Amino acid sequence: MTPRADWIPPALLLAIALAGLALIGNPSTWVTLTVAGLAMGLLIFTMSSGLTLVFGLMDVMNFAHGLFIAVGAYVAASVMKLFSAAAGSESFLANVGALAAAMLAAIVIAGLLGLFFERVIIKPVYGQHLKQILITTGGLIVAEQLIHVLWGPDLLPLPRPSTLRGSFLIGDMAIEKYRLVAVVLGLAIFGAMMVVLNRTRIGLLIRAGVENKEMVEAMGYRIRRLFVGVFVAGSALAGLGGALWGMYQESVTVAIGAQMMVLIFIVIIIGGLGSVGGCFVGALLVGLVANYVGYLSPKIALGSNILLMVLVLLWRPQGLYPMNRQ
Amino acid sequence: MTDLILSGDRPRSRVLSAMLVLIFVALALAPFLFSGTRPLDVASRICVFVLLAASYDLLLGYTGIVSFAHTMFFGIGGYGVAIALSRLDAGWSAIALGTAAAIALSLALSFLIGLFSLRVKAIFFAMITLAVASFFAILASQLSSATGGEDGITFKVPEVLRPAFRLLDEPLLGAVVGGRLITYYLVFGVSLALFLALLRVVNSPFGRVLLAIRENDFRAEALGYRTVIYRTIANCLGALVATLAGALYALWLRYTGPNTTLDFSIMVDILLMVVIGGMGTMYGAVIGATIFVVAQNYLQEGMKALSEAVKGVPLLPDLFHPDRWLLWLGLLFVLSVYYFPFGIVGQLRARARK
Repeated sequence: MTPRADWIPPALLLAIALAGLALIGNPSTWVTLTVAGLAMGLLIFTMSSGLTLVFGLMDVMNFAHGLFIAVGAYVAASVMKLFSAAAGSESFLANVGALAAAMLAAIVIAGLLGLFFERVIIKPVYGQHLKQILITTGGLIVAEQLIHVLWGPDLLPLPRPSTLRGSFLIGDMAIEKYRLVAVVLGLAIFGAMMVVLNRTRIGLLIRAGVENKEMVEAMGYRIRRLFVGVFVAGSALAGLGGALWGMYQESVTVAIGAQMMVLIFIVIIIGGLGSVGGCFVGALLVGLVANYVGYLSPKIALGSNILLMVLVLLWRPQGLYPMNRQ
Repeated sequence: MTDLILSGDRPRSRVLSAMLVLIFVALALAPFLFSGTRPLDVASRICVFVLLAASYDLLLGYTGIVSFAHTMFFGIGGYGVAIALSRLDAGWSAIALGTAAAIALSLALSFLIGLFSLRVKAIFFAMITLAVASFFAILASQLSSATGGEDGITFKVPEVLRPAFRLLDEPLLGAVVGGRLITYYLVFGVSLALFLALLRVVNSPFGRVLLAIRENDFRAEALGYRTVIYRTIANCLGALVATLAGALYALWLRYTGPNTTLDFSIMVDILLMVVIGGMGTMYGAVIGATIFVVAQNYLQEGMKALSEAVKGVPLLPDLFHPDRWLLWLGLLFVLSVYYFPFGIVGQLRARARK
């Protein structure tokens, strides 16, 4: 049976964007906020998509996921410092080169760390939820301290490449260049992920594994090997997201991981644990709502995500796209 | 008699009994055994954190649910007392009112969170509580008119509890019998009573049901126990005791702020205490909290010496830097989850059985 596409959540996204326009009133402000919201949402999606798949596949919840985000951001900061000449020059190509080097380094290091983490920390506690939560939290504590040892306890600057600073001005609309870059990159990652999940054999196995892992195993595929791959890819994506997010904020502290973890949990709960599409819609919802509410009434902005989560769960207790699990 | 006080749950290990007696005597006589303000400060922190860790053990060790909102309830207790004492007359009725309001809020919140998220998996509960607790911490730092924001609230305590108050003119056995001593014994007495009450709860039929849920919730449900109700009650009980611990801590510090109550690092501290001491044993909370608070206050000095001893070797001085003490306790935490799932207490009991 092919599941019918459920268009209500994307429609909700559109409705929120329109409601934002109606409430804000000023179209140019709205465009600025919407681009900021989309950029934030897509970056959050990049960081959280791996976590939700890992949970869907193996029922593993990694509370140390924020670690990969922090490591990605720190690695990017180091690489950007190394290539500060290229990043600071006025040549767009040199800038992009430095950015690409930073992103690649973040991906590789976070991915390797993910491999190590899966093999050493998580493998012994497959199937034991309580221990998973405890062990990954413990791993997070140790890793945060090690980041302090390696990079020092102070805030690290992570400047954007020089041609990506500032904004485009279209009429009276101001769009930050870097946000546009984040949107483009985020959409590219989402597109690539959709292609892999829907058009390749591995993607088929991953989707089948999320639906029913015993059946996939019975067909002769090793779900655990698949799982390690997904875990590493998810960690690498988190590292990439961390690098981009750090650049978005132009500085890195070790708290970046823990701060993002809260948002990521909200996003994957809203989306429905294990669902990539839900994660995408949830991340955009969180990004847009955070920016609109932040403009309309800054006082309640910080609670808007929790409020959003409660409302979504009241409407669909299992999240936007519930996964049918036994 | 011992069985009556300990609810029949004996330490079941000579070494453990000796450690517990030692901790009890040291805490009970702390003002007379040690001089200076710092040891008394450490002792009262131990009392509060034993209580806090024990109430967390009720959730983690006995019911098998991981909550990241325990500091939120701790903070509610602290802020309840602080707000009441800073707004009203600094008297006992203000303390009672503040504590009562804090308890009401904590119970309502824990009931709602429990009902909302304890139906589903443990992981879901852990994520929801993490989100709610971080939201509450932000709220407390934003609503600065009520909570003092990042600065917190410094407040006056009743006359009898103030440091300047003197009950006896002459020092008794070398200790000044005044407001600090009375506050300390208030903290100590209430913590002890509540700890014994928790021991009573976990050794009651209700506690047995919680254990059954921890071991196999499906089976417990099949036996006719509504697991949601039991889990929610355990959650509310844990929140209640954490609130009282927060109120005691506020009275001792005469201050409540985000850093002393709501910070996520305190949540991590509690986790470490319970797991290193031993989950599901109650006495583990005593051992874990004592070791942790003592390490927090005195380990740094040892590490400083060690760090200076290995000066010149690359990386090592940074690893032993006094600010990195959490690194080593974190490693101990990870190792104990793998190898000693019942912590120090579990190890001692296993050795006693041999």
